[in-house]
Amino acid sequence: MSALLRVEDLLVRFRTMGPLKALATGTRAPFIDAVCGVSFEIRKGETLALVGESGSGKSTIARTIIGLQRAVSGSISFDGQEIEELTGAERKPYLRRMAMMFQDPVGSLSPRLTVRSLLTEPFRIHGLKDRDAEGEAERLLRMVGLSAEFARRYPHQLSGGQARRVGIARALALSPDLLIADEPTAGLDVSVQGEVLNLLARLQNELGMAILIITHNLNVVRHMTDRMAIMYLGRFIEVGSTERIFDQPRHPYTEALLAANPEPDPDAVLNRIELKGEVPSLMRRPSGCEFHTRCRYAQDICSRIFPEPSTSPDDPEHSFRCHFPIQREVISGFGRPHHTSFGTSDGD
Amino acid sequence: MWLYFAKRTILAVAIIAVAVTLLFLMIMAVPGDPAVVMLGPRATPEMKALLHQQMGLDKPLVVQIVTFFGGLLHGNLGFDVFSQRPVADIVFEQLPFTLELILISILWAVVIAVPLGCYSAVRRNSLVDQVAGVVTVATIAIPSFVMAVYALLIFAVTLRWLPAIGAGNGLWDGLIHLILPAFAIGIGWVGYISRLVRASMLEVLGENHIRMASSFGISEWRIVARYALPLAILPTVTILGVGIAWLLSSAVFIEVVFARPGIGALIVNAVNTRNYPIVMGVVLVTTFLIVAATTLSDVVNALLDPRTREKL
Amino acid sequence: MMSVEAIRPEANDATAVGAFRTFWGQFRKNRLGMLGAVLVVLIAAIAIFAPLIVTHDPIRIMVGPRLAAPSLDFLLGTDQLGRDTFSRTILGSRIPLFVAFASLGSSLAVGLVLGLIAGFGPRWLDNLLLLFFDTIRSFPSIIFALALIALLGPSLASVILVIAITSMPIYARVVRTQTEGLRNSEYIAAERSMGAGTTRILAVHILPNVLGPLVILVSMDVPAVIAVEAGLSFLGMGVRPPTPDWGAILNDGYSYIDQTPWLVFAGGVPIVLATLGFTFLGEALREIFDPKLRKDL
Repeated sequence: MSALLRVEDLLVRFRTMGPLKALATGTRAPFIDAVCGVSFEIRKGETLALVGESGSGKSTIARTIIGLQRAVSGSISFDGQEIEELTGAERKPYLRRMAMMFQDPVGSLSPRLTVRSLLTEPFRIHGLKDRDAEGEAERLLRMVGLSAEFARRYPHQLSGGQARRVGIARALALSPDLLIADEPTAGLDVSVQGEVLNLLARLQNELGMAILIITHNLNVVRHMTDRMAIMYLGRFIEVGSTERIFDQPRHPYTEALLAANPEPDPDAVLNRIELKGEVPSLMRRPSGCEFHTRCRYAQDICSRIFPEPSTSPDDPEHSFRCHFPIQREVISGFGRPHHTSFGTSDGD
Repeated sequence: MWLYFAKRTILAVAIIAVAVTLLFLMIMAVPGDPAVVMLGPRATPEMKALLHQQMGLDKPLVVQIVTFFGGLLHGNLGFDVFSQRPVADIVFEQLPFTLELILISILWAVVIAVPLGCYSAVRRNSLVDQVAGVVTVATIAIPSFVMAVYALLIFAVTLRWLPAIGAGNGLWDGLIHLILPAFAIGIGWVGYISRLVRASMLEVLGENHIRMASSFGISEWRIVARYALPLAILPTVTILGVGIAWLLSSAVFIEVVFARPGIGALIVNAVNTRNYPIVMGVVLVTTFLIVAATTLSDVVNALLDPRTREKL
Repeated sequence: MMSVEAIRPEANDATAVGAFRTFWGQFRKNRLGMLGAVLVVLIAAIAIFAPLIVTHDPIRIMVGPRLAAPSLDFLLGTDQLGRDTFSRTILGSRIPLFVAFASLGSSLAVGLVLGLIAGFGPRWLDNLLLLFFDTIRSFPSIIFALALIALLGPSLASVILVIAITSMPIYARVVRTQTEGLRNSEYIAAERSMGAGTTRILAVHILPNVLGPLVILVSMDVPAVIAVEAGLSFLGMGVRPPTPDWGAILNDGYSYIDQTPWLVFAGGVPIVLATLGFTFLGEALREIFDPKLRKDL
């Protein structure tokens, strides 16, 4: 399979204060790195999940891909074409081939437009005037299981689930190759969450687009995605096939996340996980392995040396950043997992 | 806090600089030769040339602006076209009359408005509150010069209780002459301030520590005077800084109606005689006053309420 | 949030008729607002039908004696040139309304555009425009008006220009603040993610959301504009004689105040009624649509 989207060494930086204040308070680096050297790819038709606590940088990655946020360095290529540098009219043809759904189902719909206008907006934006707007709106509503009479409604007259369906219909209006879904189940009732996920899965089957799902709901990840990446403080700390990671997590952080997620309850979210300590501030990243402040396996070396990515010997697709990755078969006599691949790097 | 103060001062200086430049460009943008406009059609070429040189009109625009700024820094606002006296002298001669009028007006307005606002808030929806509600909106809406003409008609012309024109001689006579003008300017402020005090008083009275005090059995008016009023009056204090622009505008009309000296009368006279240096001098001085007052009120506001510091 | 909901016609009812009914239900309970509405409608009607109401040519001099008291022939007496005051007062209603419409209309348009640019454009442009707005706001309005009139010459056009310039920064600031708030909202991000250009976002998605509060704000400035126009005409800096205008009539009355009170009434009472009418109406509209409107200035 070829890569539809390839992100390499992405660095996104936010200013935290104005230059004057930085000067006055003597802050030498008045910014934070929300996304800090992230690389990954999405293949055609595949579903990738970005998982992590809020503030880990997953939404920022999505916004940078779609062009709402500039990267400081790194590259984003779509279908072999570098798009990070593109703006305005140059970017437009690519925006036609990708679509993003935002977290707030109602809030991401322009409040003064009817559902019909909202659904046909993509056609107008991309100058597809020959399409029959009325017919297209009806087709899209039918596609997401809403009756045609919804076309006359305004966003605030829709329930969260209905608005989410409209959002999906709008995102898929131009049959994109890539759909970015930022917390597609946020703010929805549990039963509606299931419906929305089933709808997304069905549409992916029919239309064949790739999906990048950003979520902290692990059940969404488990049931929807082929591969997953776990983020911590703007970096990927573990990447691999969803099945494999759920089965054999290697990074202690992943282990903690999965452990805190009781199986069948779809309502469980990461927020509930009890990891020791607070998430460190992006303004003051810990030295060495950035997770060592909360890691129960942390050793001396962890606070000194930043771990390079390593891969599982039996699955080259599965990589992680840890000095002491978890071993499935714990050798008796050792109270804790021993390290396997300290210092090695797959160079990816 | 110091950062806010520094920012606010920089902003004030920037505003003054932009204002002066805008005003200067405005004069230059007027079609025709300013010298001809000022001297009238019968001016001789020599007179024009002299004036040109005086005003620096023969030099490039940038040089003129720089010269103008340089002059300003030395307190030089140019010279009166007719008497050749420095504009600054004339403006600062008239300014005290206007400031006196404004001060007295706002003073009596506050003295009436604060108790009225308190009473309206405490006895909410009482007859006094409802009547005051209507009357205050009305007094805010009625233009001060209309108020002034009617005051003049009733108390000076018809009843002959009070003097009609001038500023009077001596302290007592001066105060008598201030009654009608100060009434005309202040009446709108009575409405404005009492509404403001009423609103913030209602807000303060709803807060917990005030309710706590009342549960201790401290009498209602004591609570209002000792605890609520100092808090409720804050918005009024800060609004007065911004209000100076309004007050100056009303003063222009009032000084004309009551034939009082002051910068309002000065500029109206100067406009009628096309005495540009005086006109610009008054605009500059009053603009400076307003910027100083708003900056001061913003800083006071920031000292009292930390939330405003975040915005700028 | 409440405000936007209420302004939006479809908030309570999907149809415009239903929205109006909701509005009317609230408005009719506001007695001062009703009084204001009646006054405003009356003044507007007088302005429109003025030529049908006047009893004499308002400009012709010596249609009667000088400074006469009211009589059946001259309902409000005559002025110092023997012109019919009633006719002049009736026709004088046109100028303030025209000035308010022209100056606030242009001020609204310019303020809207500059506010959108400041709120949506790059940071440096925003700061530059804010400095510009703050500078204009620092000019003492009437004194600045007099200065402009000194340069341009006294005329109605000068008055309109002056009012337009001095009232614009407030509108621009309100639009800017609201635009800045909307700019970071998710639906704008959604539009941009689809490739919508800046013009489209501003026109289709931001403008309709800032226009409602702005129109209310502008309507609340009508009484102030009427006062400024009358005031400048009172000082002889507005309309040129012999055009009838309330401020000018009041000035005539002021000049002959020791001889007749009638001119003062003929000029002053309409000014008071007009400013009161528009104030009451504006207050009522604000109370219904947006109680907090002025607070975020």
